[in-house]
Amino acid sequence: MKIRHFANAATTILLGATLLAAGCVKKPSRVAQGNKEQVFHFGNGGEPADLDPHVIQGVPEHNIIKALFEGLVTVNPKDLSPIPGVAERWEVSPDGKTYTFYLRQNAAWSNGDPLTADDFVKSYERILNAKLAAPYAEMLFLLEGGAEYNSGKLPDFTKVGVKALGPKKLQVTLKAPASYFLAMLNHDAWYPVHTPTIDKFGKRYDKNNRWTRPENIVSNGAFVLKEWKPQVEIVVTKNPKYWDANQVRLKEIHFYPIESNDAEERAFRGGQLHTTNTVPTDKVDSYKKSGSSLRIEPYYGAYYYRVNVDKTKEKNPALLDPRVRRALAMSIDRDSITKNVLRAGQFPAYSLTPPGPAGYRPKEQTKFDPDGARRLLSEAGFPGGKGVPKVSVLINTSEDHKKVAEAIQQMWKKELGIDVEIVNQEWKVYLASQHALDYQIGRAAWIADFPDPNAFLDIMTSGNGNNETGFASPEYDKLISDSWSATGAARIEILQKAEAILMQEMPVIPIYFYTRNYLIVSSVKGWFPNLLDDHPWKFIYLDENAQPDKMPVLGLAQ
Amino acid sequence: MFKFIASRSLQMLAVLAVTGTITFFLVRLAPGSPFDQERNVSPEIRRNLDAYYGLDKPILTQYWRYFSKLVTTGDFGPSFKYSNRTVTEIIGESLPVSFELGIYAMIVAVAIGVTAGVLASLRPNTMTDYVPMSLSMVGISMPTFVMGPLLLLLFGLQLGWFNVSGWSSFGDKVLPALTLGFYYAAYFARLTRGGMLEILSQDYIRTARAKGASELRVVLKHALRGGLLPAVSFMGPALAGIVTGSFTVETIFQIPGLGRYFVTAALNRDYTLVMGTVILFAALISVFNLVVDVVMVWLNPRLKFD
Repeated sequence: MKIRHFANAATTILLGATLLAAGCVKKPSRVAQGNKEQVFHFGNGGEPADLDPHVIQGVPEHNIIKALFEGLVTVNPKDLSPIPGVAERWEVSPDGKTYTFYLRQNAAWSNGDPLTADDFVKSYERILNAKLAAPYAEMLFLLEGGAEYNSGKLPDFTKVGVKALGPKKLQVTLKAPASYFLAMLNHDAWYPVHTPTIDKFGKRYDKNNRWTRPENIVSNGAFVLKEWKPQVEIVVTKNPKYWDANQVRLKEIHFYPIESNDAEERAFRGGQLHTTNTVPTDKVDSYKKSGSSLRIEPYYGAYYYRVNVDKTKEKNPALLDPRVRRALAMSIDRDSITKNVLRAGQFPAYSLTPPGPAGYRPKEQTKFDPDGARRLLSEAGFPGGKGVPKVSVLINTSEDHKKVAEAIQQMWKKELGIDVEIVNQEWKVYLASQHALDYQIGRAAWIADFPDPNAFLDIMTSGNGNNETGFASPEYDKLISDSWSATGAARIEILQKAEAILMQEMPVIPIYFYTRNYLIVSSVKGWFPNLLDDHPWKFIYLDENAQPDKMPVLGLAQ
Repeated sequence: MFKFIASRSLQMLAVLAVTGTITFFLVRLAPGSPFDQERNVSPEIRRNLDAYYGLDKPILTQYWRYFSKLVTTGDFGPSFKYSNRTVTEIIGESLPVSFELGIYAMIVAVAIGVTAGVLASLRPNTMTDYVPMSLSMVGISMPTFVMGPLLLLLFGLQLGWFNVSGWSSFGDKVLPALTLGFYYAAYFARLTRGGMLEILSQDYIRTARAKGASELRVVLKHALRGGLLPAVSFMGPALAGIVTGSFTVETIFQIPGLGRYFVTAALNRDYTLVMGTVILFAALISVFNLVVDVVMVWLNPRLKFD
């Protein structure tokens, strides 16, 4: 009796296992299949909040939106220089303030409507309208009257510097001849939207409008939205109505919102992704040793510490002395931090602005000079760090920030004799504390939206929402506003002077420049490293004859 | 019984109202707002944003507005973060996924847990007791974030039987269900063993044996019903927890379930989404507890509705 029961059970289990195994025979990987069919599988790092170019502000959103929409200009994938997009050519007035764009005759929306200059005017009105409360409206404050229209001081939009001179002729007037204007135009905030579609599915200034759903959306980029399964994937497919459709070789792009970088790396190793958003730090070494998939590329972003220099809000009086702040900056061994703590190719930062775009190199920088730092500290009246109240460093809760803060804590103690406590707060609490200037020294990061030193230096002007240090220098503000009107070498010189003020006053202590670390299979072609990690989809394709990539063998539980 | 259910339902409504109110104020008292980002917007734009979502009004006005709308229309409002979707839609999309995974995991948990628990209780303090109970100790101690990647490494990456992430084919559901199921199986095993041991020492079991009933009949017919009581009472909260999703399992396997919203909504200060998920969770716990109470009375003749 018992034996028969056992036999029955065993048979059932065996049968089940066989069925299961038969159902799960090893199939060709998604990547290999994608290579054959020109279907790109992209690890996008997170679920997009929306796909409305005027409402969103994150990188996952941008990656998808740049496939769906195109602005007046787009970028050269190699060096990010502006190349014609919807506009086939443009003219600039001698004073550099007025741009006339000539739109392509065959530029059209995905529903077949012609794309006109009026579409741009209506789009710019929408993002600048206070009712929409667009987070990136600030990008368009460069337009003459843009800021005033947004704040309500100028009620009449026809006075704002954007006009349709004909169906295919657009005139844009700037408040200053900003030489980075064309580079800025590749940002989502400057993309056109199809206002008839927006009006059809809700109110024009309603963020909760449903026009960005796959069944509703009308767009003008190289791809159109085919499917949006929240937390699963977003699929875009080639847009046959796109003016440059012949250039587009990918048939589909699948965006996967994988937030966990461990899960994403496993999906990559399992042949499910062509590229990942990032690489877990503990796996960088394994990928360095085996396989050719790891990329570590310079990225236009800085990691730095803010110092609260607001006299009424800084609780540590010692930090109000610029000499103390310079001493702190000079006693950080950044080489050691990048090599021993971060260990993923980051570059030590001796200025706020990374060198590179527009030929900019900061002239005056901080340096690692513990002796000089000690001298400065004595001059300020704190020999050997005596008399400096305990300095508190605010970070948001994260292992990586903690490691950097602990290294710096040790350096300041060792070199200057200053005691440091590390305070960690949950992300939103930390943001609120920084915003209220309720901190002494706080971790900060800045990633530029467009490739130009102004993208960094502008944020330190007084009252700028991203300054958050209380730093206010009329001289600095004047230099920055002068730089908007200057061009060429003169402009670079002005910016260098501005940066020199920062390095003297030291409201921000630069620590390192970011790198973009990610994984990519070798079949991806037309993908070039660049400072903004911007890879226009229309130039990318997949090599169907590529060999499978060698993946590292990792230990258990990795 | 109907009186019992009706009075419990009324209590449930009160619990929901209190939970909702406390959550509403707690989440707004937390520092930080839905609009605090690494990149700040200008003060004018921030004012526009606050006005747009009514956050510039006094908190009591906001409270009154939110609840009067919720009670009259059943609408949780649009999500702060996912601006083109409403909270109801987000829950509507993700709850069925978590529910499906939860049911599979529960089947795994009950099948393995109850079997192991019963086996262990039949020969206490022998190998048939030690082996399943040691394994269940391992199951309780091993968190899902270790179990999940281990299963993925073996069956996903080494053997290539299953996809490493995603939620489309049936195969995608096997490993998450096992990961989540093993964890609960361990609890069921221990609870069942305890319950069974107690019942098997009762007089009526001895009577049944004395009357010559076969061991199988004694266990299945007489002992199991009472022996399962502790496991059944655990099932209410377990079911509510398991069908509303697991943040860890959903993150490891990239499953579009509700579990992750519990965590990310709070982190994003997505006020409306926090309210939606918390009220839903409270409602599910209340309902499952009610169901369990009814089942308990049915299983245990010593209990009565009162």
